[in-house]
Amino acid sequence: MSAETNHFALFGLEPRFAIDLDELTRRYRDLQQAVHPDRYASASDAERRLSMQRSVALNEALQVLRDPLRRARHLLALRGLEWEDEYETRMDPAFLMQQMEWREALGGAREAADPLEVTGRILDEVSAERRRIIARLGELLDGEGAPEEAKGLILQLQFLGKLIQEAEALEAELEEI
Amino acid sequence: MAYSEKVLDHYENPRNVGSFDKDEPNVGTGMVGAPACGDVMKLQIKVNDQGVIEDARFKTYGCGSAIASSSLLTEWVKGKTLEEARQIKNTDIAEELELPPVKVHCSVLAEDAIKSAIDDLLAKQDKKS
Repeated sequence: MSAETNHFALFGLEPRFAIDLDELTRRYRDLQQAVHPDRYASASDAERRLSMQRSVALNEALQVLRDPLRRARHLLALRGLEWEDEYETRMDPAFLMQQMEWREALGGAREAADPLEVTGRILDEVSAERRRIIARLGELLDGEGAPEEAKGLILQLQFLGKLIQEAEALEAELEEI
Repeated sequence: MAYSEKVLDHYENPRNVGSFDKDEPNVGTGMVGAPACGDVMKLQIKVNDQGVIEDARFKTYGCGSAIASSSLLTEWVKGKTLEEARQIKNTDIAEELELPPVKVHCSVLAEDAIKSAIDDLLAKQDKKS
């Protein structure tokens, strides 16, 4: 048993990586309506506080389940595998080398003949890698198991997310010029 | 967030930026990353026949604290034996650079980088002998 709150259970969903986001959103809206403060206008302070807490919990759960990375990490936590990012510094050297190459390319994009083309190409490559990892995570989490391999992929996703953020920020900046 | 003067100094004038050929027998390469912020750090050491670190290089993509931590470390390890270099603690780096608590993980990254570089070198030498 893990101490982690089961966010899936809050929506009456099975704890699986594959998720129907439309269905999730629908259930979220229904549940939020049920705890809406308006319904508690004449309720006691305690009841109002409780409905507020439930609303916050629903919101937090939605944020976790909507994001593939956080959803995957939550699933592993429910299965008893948790960790502190701070101490996870050793990763596949080839993966880190690739990160460095992408960072380098992104850093030099401004000086390139066509900065937007370079940035766009990096974004395409990183996004493709991200999709590949998410697909593999689905296979692992909903099938094969292998929690340690899944953990490694989740850590990789964190790097890719950061990289995509930076590339998009640069792209937005370049488009303004 | 305000950086300390020491961090700014290393950030603006990083020491020993660059790389060695990782295939050289007397070069050890450490690659580490910080998943929380996406920082990537490569730290390389070159040892002489006596097993003393003669030179070091780094390449870091990350925040000022991560760059300063690796820059400082390359200065510190020069002239040290592998065993001495392994003794360097992240807390020493954090203290020297006056890193705030939220940036202490950058010094953890640097400590892990030098350890990984030493391990890489020892593995290489093991294979050779």
